[in-house]
Amino acid sequence: MSSSAIGFPRRSSGSARVLPGFGLSMGISVLFISLVLLLPLTGLFGQLANLSPGEYWTVISDPRVVASYLTTLGAAGAAALVNAAFGLLLAWVLVRYDFPGKRLVDALMDLPFALPTAVAGITLATLYAKSGWAGSVLEPLGFKVAYTWVGIALAMAFTSIPFVVRTVQPVLEDMPAEVDEAAMSLGAGDGAAFRRVIMPHLWPALVTGTGLAFVRSLGEFGAVIFIAGNAPYETEITALMIFVKLQEYDYAGASAIASVLLFISLALLLAINIWQGRFVRRLHGGNG
Amino acid sequence: MSIRLEHIGKHFAGTRALEPVNLDIHEGELVGLLGPSGSGKTTLLRIIAGLENPDRSDSPTPARLLFGQRDVTHVHVRDRRIGFVFQDYALFRHMSVFNNVAFGLSVMPRRSRPSRGEIRARVLRLLEMVKLEHLADRYPAQLSGGQQQRVSLARALAVEPDVLLLDEPFGALDAKVRQDLRRWLRHLHEELNFTSVFVTHDQEEALELSDRVVVMSDGKIEQIDTPERLYRAPQNRFVFEFLGDVNHLEGDVQNGILTCGDARLAVDLPDGREELLLRPHEVRLAEQPETASHLPVTVTAVSPVGAEVRVELEADWLPGPWLATVRHADFERLNLHRGRRLFAHPRHWHRFADSAPAAPATGRAA
Repeated sequence: MSSSAIGFPRRSSGSARVLPGFGLSMGISVLFISLVLLLPLTGLFGQLANLSPGEYWTVISDPRVVASYLTTLGAAGAAALVNAAFGLLLAWVLVRYDFPGKRLVDALMDLPFALPTAVAGITLATLYAKSGWAGSVLEPLGFKVAYTWVGIALAMAFTSIPFVVRTVQPVLEDMPAEVDEAAMSLGAGDGAAFRRVIMPHLWPALVTGTGLAFVRSLGEFGAVIFIAGNAPYETEITALMIFVKLQEYDYAGASAIASVLLFISLALLLAINIWQGRFVRRLHGGNG
Repeated sequence: MSIRLEHIGKHFAGTRALEPVNLDIHEGELVGLLGPSGSGKTTLLRIIAGLENPDRSDSPTPARLLFGQRDVTHVHVRDRRIGFVFQDYALFRHMSVFNNVAFGLSVMPRRSRPSRGEIRARVLRLLEMVKLEHLADRYPAQLSGGQQQRVSLARALAVEPDVLLLDEPFGALDAKVRQDLRRWLRHLHEELNFTSVFVTHDQEEALELSDRVVVMSDGKIEQIDTPERLYRAPQNRFVFEFLGDVNHLEGDVQNGILTCGDARLAVDLPDGREELLLRPHEVRLAEQPETASHLPVTVTAVSPVGAEVRVELEADWLPGPWLATVRHADFERLNLHRGRRLFAHPRHWHRFADSAPAAPATGRAA
């Protein structure tokens, strides 16, 4: 099927595509997806085959590992919520207002993506350590950030905020000003207009952005590891547990824990996609 | 509710969008703001709505905007009791048609908000009025442009506004739908008798729909008049040219004869350079020249569609083509076809002095 579309459209079938190059581009895409995405995943599941279901369960339900799930999920959840709120605010400010230095702030939004996560981790750790700039101010007040759960969430929030900003921003930009004005002309207060007219438009993007931020935080290693302190049962993240297993050459065990993270991420992304699909269909008309 | 504007002007970032204007709109009137893009008509409408603020007047007389006796100059748009209809409908796409129309009622402060049942009854009545009651549960994206614009009108009327403001309400619709909606708006206006102001760049729409038309250009009001007077007695050249097709005849007058290349026309004007303007229906075509006029032309296009035949004329002495309308009977008698050489005879012409407001002179070919 793929080769015929490149140079020799099957006239007899009557369904030759108008846009050229489908076969070639689709073929390369599938190859790329297979090599870069599916092959490593297959490797992961291949490793899992070395474990019996019982062994698998023992590895993933080890109390220390379970504690790491809770730490990771909790911190990632907190980071995602904080990012949802502040990411929305940042996108709002960047789209709705003009101010000097706007372009600079806009460019800064990508910094967490551009910065090597280890660099971010070290920077945060030194900043919030007892001797650090922020740490020396906060710790006397009773806020301990470095080597605690809060530090982990902070590092996660730092690395994942662009997800929220960059997904919400274009949607907000595309929203015509008239929609806002229409709400006001009908007597809606700022609060009502925001809640009932603007937010519903932003929800899909905000949820997607927050979901991506959450999933990214689940797997964050470099930025978190320096500030986490890594005390067993307290501030160990799941990614670290995988790393520890690898250090012990326990590839099957590492894969088992990794698979848990993978399932959580996939389930979440799938749920968001289904929910969003429904919403977007309504916006663009039709039940089909 | 009547609307009164006093010294309302507007600058955007240093450029003047609207010169200070005064305007009185009577209760129950349907007024069209007509002008080319950039004439300030939308700015004026948005100021009336409260979506823009007028400049502070530097003259001793302050800028004021009155709805009836109520000074609304500094009243926020949400408290002005206006209905605003946008060119692109600006419907809430995530809400059903019903909820769109109910929006204005459902965001009222709790004290004055009608009960759920009352809102429902009112929305259904409005939807019936715009003939969309069967689409109440649809979403905007499932409707055609004309239906969406009707929803947006129902939504604006739901809050029982004092004035209804429409910004190019039919601009995004195709010709047939536009015609229907226009007629329908006119009926609705007569039935409910609200004061409304609409913006358009379409002369035909303005003349057909309005009780009075405000013609604007370049941030200024050129003329305010009924459609009929506007067309019959334009106050200046801009209004004349904007309200229909215009043919230009420019030449030197000497001893009562205007000459332009090999064209001659007897006119009752003093010597000097003159420019005369003619409407297409003021041009008569004949096979022979007359003593008073000798304007040889060649037919370049004929469009025999409609009540009259539109003929495009060209000649060496004309910088741009002329347009003439002739009756179908004349069309047959003159055997009009492309390439036919004829003579044009002005029945009537107009002339505007360069410095505007002086009364325009018109003349009649002898």
